[in-house]
Amino acid sequence: MRAILTSTWAKVCVFALCLLPVVSLVWRFFHHGLTANPLEFITHATGDWTLRFLALTLAISPLRKLLRLPDLIRFRRMLGLFAFFYACLHFTTYIWFDKFFDLAEMWKDVSKRRFITVGFTAFVLLIPLAITSTAGWIRRLGGRRWQQLHRLIYASAIAGVIHYYWLVKSAVIRPLTYGAIIAILLLWRVFDRSWKREGATTELQPKVERVQG
Amino acid sequence: MLIRKTPDLTYADVTPKSVYLDRRKFLRGLGFAGAASFAGPRLWELAAPREHAYAGTKFANVTKSPYSTTEKENSFEDVTHYNNFYEFGLDKTDPAKNARNFKTSPWSVSIEGEVAKPRKMTVEEIIQIAPLEERIYRHRCVEAWSIVVPWIGFSFSELAKLVEPTPKAKYVAFESYFNSQQMPEARFTGIEFPYVEGLRLDEAMNPLTLLCVGMYGETLANQDGAPVRMIIPWKYGFKSAKSLLKIRFVKGEPPTTWNRLAPREYGFYANVNPSVDHPRWSQAKERRLGEFFKRDTLMFNGYGEQVASLYTGMDLRKYY
Repeated sequence: MRAILTSTWAKVCVFALCLLPVVSLVWRFFHHGLTANPLEFITHATGDWTLRFLALTLAISPLRKLLRLPDLIRFRRMLGLFAFFYACLHFTTYIWFDKFFDLAEMWKDVSKRRFITVGFTAFVLLIPLAITSTAGWIRRLGGRRWQQLHRLIYASAIAGVIHYYWLVKSAVIRPLTYGAIIAILLLWRVFDRSWKREGATTELQPKVERVQG
Repeated sequence: MLIRKTPDLTYADVTPKSVYLDRRKFLRGLGFAGAASFAGPRLWELAAPREHAYAGTKFANVTKSPYSTTEKENSFEDVTHYNNFYEFGLDKTDPAKNARNFKTSPWSVSIEGEVAKPRKMTVEEIIQIAPLEERIYRHRCVEAWSIVVPWIGFSFSELAKLVEPTPKAKYVAFESYFNSQQMPEARFTGIEFPYVEGLRLDEAMNPLTLLCVGMYGETLANQDGAPVRMIIPWKYGFKSAKSLLKIRFVKGEPPTTWNRLAPREYGFYANVNPSVDHPRWSQAKERRLGEFFKRDTLMFNGYGEQVASLYTGMDLRKYY
């Protein structure tokens, strides 16, 4: 398993898989598969995939420990950047096709409509994380500070779920499903910390190793 | 849009073959992409035959209506594959799939309440009440998209005349069909069914208010509310209840589904009004399906001339 995870091909494969949603959108575009309201379809699909990739990114740490596969860390940065990638597509669809780059209109929306406010917040929180995702930035900030900064992903994921929850007309089951998944992933961290404090039995990976891409 | 009105054309001309072929292509596309990355359509649906997916029986002798708009109609494909019909699922493309086997015949509608002559009528009887007209109406959804559809039906007032509302009747309540066996997706929607809607009596009696039995020259598609539904073109789409089972003339304002669910967001009146925003989004503009740029939403969806007088003296911000 370790050999598979650490091979270059594993990264290439995961990268290709992460591109599938956007490839599918392009494919649908050329095959009339985007419904009668393509912009709504694209907005929903990119929003969904942002949340899914945020959840996948947050799942890496728990899975490393539960499955005893520390090498999974190799994929965390990529997944996080894909979350940002789909968030960018989502935001671009909104600012381009909904607001037609009218920034004044956008600000009115952001300040007036709470689901936009919280969605915009979720997006903005991801920007510093994407920028500082390189090895150079980890060095410059130092592992500890870098890690603290990257805890912003928790806030972003929560804001993303609230954004979805406030948006739907009646079917709260979907945002609540995302909410439940992200809640489990965050709660695991809380419990993991308290277990560590109590027992301190499981050995930690060295700090540097944890933040390597 | 004009060829359809020539009486000697066949059903195949009403819905051109190319549309059918496109539809198949469209669905295939949906399936493959779905298999690739979206969990949506199931593979077996690709193999399943789609014969008689629509209750497409052609109507003869449909007259033109002066109430029709000359705006470009949306395609049959769009109007049958982009639906809010929550009983059949949450996504716009769900009703086309899930309503395929919806049984709409035999069907009868009970007209009751504060009327001198309550009665139960089959769809076949309802169609005979008055000459069928084609009415090409703008249809504006509360979600800020819109379509133009050639509906078929006649003014609701024709039905009302038949049952003779008593002076006590001040409102009309509509109840849609619901059956959790036929509509298993409904339980995920967070909505209490059956769907109920209502109109003030004078709104219901306005000639624009359509008792609708068809579209595009034929009977209604299942996913568009077969076999009989309401169309109230100056109100948001959710006011136009589908697949009606009961029409009840009542004394007081009847409860309505979306208002019950979120009273601050969906009022009883729900007139299309660009200056009164939905609490969560603007109603000033809309996306006409098939158009890239948004267009301005018109007061009463452009039907102010016929209906504005119904609301004189009313604060439409308060009665949204």
